[in-house]
Amino acid sequence: MLTIEEILETIKMVQEEKLDIRTITMGISLRDCADADHQKACRKIYDKITRLAGPLVKTGEDIAREYGLPIVNKRISVTPIALVAEASSEEDYCKYAATLDRAAAEVGVNFIGGFSALVHKGFTVGDTRLIRSIPGALSSTERVCASVNVATSRAGINMDAITMLSRVIKETAELTAAQDSIGCAKLVVFANVPEDNPFMAGAFHGVGEPDCVINTGVSGPGVVKSAIKRAGSADLGALSETIKKTAFKITRMGELVGRTAARRLNVPFGIVDLSLAPTPAVGDSVAEILEEMGLERCGAPGSTAALALLNDAVKKGGAMASSYVGGLSGAFIPVSEDSGMINAVNEGALTIEKLEAMTAVCSVGLDMIAIPGDTADETIAAIIADEAAIGVFNHKTTAVRIIPAVGKKVGDQVEFGGLLGRAPVMAVNGFSSEKFVHRGGRIPAPIHSLRN
Amino acid sequence: MVSQKSKTESNRIVISVIGPDRVGIIAGVTAILAENSVNILDINQTVMQEFFVMVLVADMAGAKVDLVKLKDLLALKGDQLQVRIDAQHEDVFNYMHRI
Repeated sequence: MLTIEEILETIKMVQEEKLDIRTITMGISLRDCADADHQKACRKIYDKITRLAGPLVKTGEDIAREYGLPIVNKRISVTPIALVAEASSEEDYCKYAATLDRAAAEVGVNFIGGFSALVHKGFTVGDTRLIRSIPGALSSTERVCASVNVATSRAGINMDAITMLSRVIKETAELTAAQDSIGCAKLVVFANVPEDNPFMAGAFHGVGEPDCVINTGVSGPGVVKSAIKRAGSADLGALSETIKKTAFKITRMGELVGRTAARRLNVPFGIVDLSLAPTPAVGDSVAEILEEMGLERCGAPGSTAALALLNDAVKKGGAMASSYVGGLSGAFIPVSEDSGMINAVNEGALTIEKLEAMTAVCSVGLDMIAIPGDTADETIAAIIADEAAIGVFNHKTTAVRIIPAVGKKVGDQVEFGGLLGRAPVMAVNGFSSEKFVHRGGRIPAPIHSLRN
Repeated sequence: MVSQKSKTESNRIVISVIGPDRVGIIAGVTAILAENSVNILDINQTVMQEFFVMVLVADMAGAKVDLVKLKDLLALKGDQLQVRIDAQHEDVFNYMHRI
């Protein structure tokens, strides 16, 4: 029998510590929708998404009410569109993006991910067309998210793709300048991208996935922070234990919701992504966890060590709680989506360089960072290359979601609203990387890629 | 899909009542459960700080309403009694606290 303390603990987590299920994401394969005629392909895509995801939002809402657990987002990820659209002779893939946007609106999800290409080793015709279509697609749609994988530990780092994407990012920023360059908040450049990530903006449905699948992403930075607070002056080993136990409980909720949703929707259950995903709400912040651990501000010396402890403990506790763990799994450190990170930047405690170091031990990378709109393309490319190098050479996923906010200078703010939050414009190292970037080509895979 | 759901999922729910202590809380909650044929399996109550806390485990197998409707009825009663009443499926707690 459950004890009253256990029941109250769960209720407190939801009501006071903002425990929620961040997303139920339905992965849908669109491989069977490819067609030489792009209009036919778009019709097949629209029909398949609306057929499979039709009951998704209602099912999520039902589960949220019955379990008393908020499920913040219901979303869809699809096969990288470059793979689907390539069969047609159409060069402008914005039509595919418009179809995804329409289907997402019809079923009521707030984001649909998969306007994507995998180019870590090189480009096909479809990949190039997709990347060229990204600025148009992101500026003309509301719900579509794009991602491009430019590097893997097996293939190395495709510098030509990175250069191309740095221009795409700038162009997307220009086209959405009226909304603080929000288009860039929906574009992720990855190294070692996972194929079952339920979190936006980087979600897509990988080629090894089944026809349709349900993945869930949990959250709960507030719960972890409260647990650390209760642990008082415990040493770091004891703190790790506390975080593990808390991560276990959080992840169990993701497992329960994912399995229930999959059963009700009659599709296979994929994975739980056991990430700590912050929101701009106070008390729902990864930065505040690090501060609760004893740092005056996130970004102070010791931040990387504290984040490493946190990330590892979350994985250890979470792995025990779910039979299938996947996605990004770890602590996210986006700036604009985390009130503690925003404060740390505003107070001068957190710089891009310190964030870069922290990405070596977190689950993703330089995420939701606003930089001056006049930052050189080559500098953006070099920032992406640095981040990809951390991922490729350490066998982990890294990503860059950077916003060169048009017309903004260091210290200005950009406002996206909602879960995307607001971001202070951060200073970028002004020395040039131009000659390095323009060499182009592919940085070979590291020696430990040969461990076969 | 509904029939599949009822076959595989248990019908036990946890009702929690939290708020300042006053006359009639238990009577108010249990009356709603009785009216809707929800069978009470266990009641536990305590006072934490100045708050009245009651946790009630019930079975909805023979219930006349679904959980969502019951939640609405309880929330309405909670407003009248100025306490917070929620009903959640038992699985939430079992999944979190039992391996």
